[in-house]
Amino acid sequence: MKPFELKNRRSEQIEQAITGLLILASVISILTTFGILFSILFEAIEFFQLRSFWYFITGSEWSPGVADSKFGAVPIFAGTFWITFIAMSVAVPIGLGSAIYMSEYANDKVRDILKPLLEILAGIPTVVYGFFAALTIAPFVVTASAYFGLDASFNSALASGVVMGVMIIPVISSLSDDVIRAVPRSQSNASLALGMTKSETIKSIILPSAAPGIISAALLGLSKALGETMIVVMAAGLRANLTWNPLEDMTTVTVRIVDALVGDQAFDSPATLSAFALGLVLFVVTLVLNIISLTMIRRFKEKYRINTL
Amino acid sequence: MNEAVRQDIANISKNGTSNDTPPANNNNQTTIDSSDSKVANPFYDPSLKKRHARAKIFKVFTLGSLFFSIAFLTFFLFDILTKGIPAFQQTYMLVEVNYNEKSVQSTRKAIDKKYRRVVSRSWYRSVPAQIEANPELMNTKQQVWVLADDQVDQYIKGHYYKLKSKDKKLVDEKIQNGEIELRFNSHFFTHGDSKIPENSGILSAMIGSILTLIVTMLVAFPIGVMTAVYLEEFAPDNRFTQIIEININNLAAIPSILFGLLGLAIFINLFGMPRSSPLVGGLTLALMTLPIIIVSSRAALRSIPDSIRQAGYGLGLTKIQVTKDHVIPLAFPGILTGSIIGLAQAMGETAPLIIVGMIAFIPDSPSSIFEAATVMPAQIFTWAGMPERAYIERTAAGIIVLLSILISLNALAIYLRKRFEIKW
Repeated sequence: MKPFELKNRRSEQIEQAITGLLILASVISILTTFGILFSILFEAIEFFQLRSFWYFITGSEWSPGVADSKFGAVPIFAGTFWITFIAMSVAVPIGLGSAIYMSEYANDKVRDILKPLLEILAGIPTVVYGFFAALTIAPFVVTASAYFGLDASFNSALASGVVMGVMIIPVISSLSDDVIRAVPRSQSNASLALGMTKSETIKSIILPSAAPGIISAALLGLSKALGETMIVVMAAGLRANLTWNPLEDMTTVTVRIVDALVGDQAFDSPATLSAFALGLVLFVVTLVLNIISLTMIRRFKEKYRINTL
Repeated sequence: MNEAVRQDIANISKNGTSNDTPPANNNNQTTIDSSDSKVANPFYDPSLKKRHARAKIFKVFTLGSLFFSIAFLTFFLFDILTKGIPAFQQTYMLVEVNYNEKSVQSTRKAIDKKYRRVVSRSWYRSVPAQIEANPELMNTKQQVWVLADDQVDQYIKGHYYKLKSKDKKLVDEKIQNGEIELRFNSHFFTHGDSKIPENSGILSAMIGSILTLIVTMLVAFPIGVMTAVYLEEFAPDNRFTQIIEININNLAAIPSILFGLLGLAIFINLFGMPRSSPLVGGLTLALMTLPIIIVSSRAALRSIPDSIRQAGYGLGLTKIQVTKDHVIPLAFPGILTGSIIGLAQAMGETAPLIIVGMIAFIPDSPSSIFEAATVMPAQIFTWAGMPERAYIERTAAGIIVLLSILISLNALAIYLRKRFEIKW
């Protein structure tokens, strides 16, 4: 009996060791989140020791390079907001429209072709979108606005916003499609049986049921738009320009982060550290958006008892 | 609701109860009268036509939005292809070369003054090496096909060019004599970056990408799969597990540039790893790829039916043995597919790598993960910012190469999924 027991105990130890290893691996993902948070937070605190936090939040002049450097981030936030707004007004209707067509109108064969096609859009690296925005869409925007007698910049917010919107379409359409298909068929069948047209059924029965999932998809897209870097680095401006005109150049949080960290300034200069202050804002905003989005999709799943989303 | 039915109800309520009719009923009265005279059907809905029209418009809108995405994709691919394909050919021309002492010392003297400006600057650099390789060339004059300057190349390809009229005449002459031709641009695949457009290639960026991705996968794949196995097979459903799950989903949606800030602050500044190196870039990308691998591996593990596990337990296997010998091998194709998709995403990522300094100018390919390197998307970014016109087509060509690799990776993932998929 003895050797058998011995072996048993050893294998028990090995099992425990392996389980410990697996838990350790799972903890790395949590460490990553905290790593991001603290690495940004500490540098940002260092920045706010050098410069006023209040001016960062409310100031309207951003001039890091000059001797009397100023760090008022309002024009940067405004630029980010505008470009994101343009992107979302492209991505939400088109993404949702595509999702509705794929889930409600298209038959399975068409859907099997269309869905991968849309996913190609999601697989294109953002640097490629940036090149396309800067070299094809931006000059087009300039020519088109000249035709209407308007003066557009080659770094217009419109060009980068539209291309960013196209990039986000698959994010919204893919998740919305899954959500719409998860709405129980009995609901829409009941509506159709009462004589509602297909579009009335979709608008007043299916979409309200799927709303939490769709909003969750839109928030995910929004967080992606806010954090998108390469498109705006290549196609949007560098100047912190406070304006309402989407044809002018604007800058975003991500552009300023890249600009601050690619230069050759000393790492502890306020110009470089400002990147981390902006990064902190970006982190907090996207974190809040992600958590709202995740909670909503979780509620939706619980409501319809879906495990696959 | 059907108007006629609503009218009936309204009539009943009017007759049965009181006189204070709501104004809406009066409206209905008029519509029902006009329609009654036309159609006998009591269920006739006069707004039906409008409703059907609206349904049609809605369908057209949804189809239109789908069409927009696909039209954009087509236009985009067409645009990149037309911009990039010319770069796969490069202009060469036949000129007389003087190989002598003088031209070794001052390489520009190797070519007759007349043609000096239309020959690529990078070609001159290779003159001493040519003589060293073939000593019999010394003190001879040879007709040699040499790489042409980028402006000549752009002129031949019909793009915008900057050539002096004198040089342009020379080139025209050469064209008439058939002493200028476009050849396949093998240079592009065998050279690294260069400040001379016609000399620049994508090789060093490709090797940088490969080294970076090796680091990424070596770190992300085992950790990702282990996390997935733990969460799916071992973890009790408690608060800790839930936090890990929410955290992973959140990590997947954090902007990639913030991972760059993490890499800069922790890997470079705290651990003192070499800046711009594939090691730092690979580790940063690994943290980004982790959630993708975890999510897809979990899906693969979840699709394995419980009966497999129960059979294992029934035979007296331990949990680890069941997982290691039965569940993971069955789920492996799915895990692999997800990892390849994660790999493809990491390959196209640029922003975090720029932050950790992987946009350095790298003419020679890196040979280890500790040397400064650049990756393909970063190379595309650098070229896109170059002022010379000739870099535009190189950028687009780089994009074509990158997209072909990404498409092949995704196709491989789809093939693996189809080939090894088990329908339970």
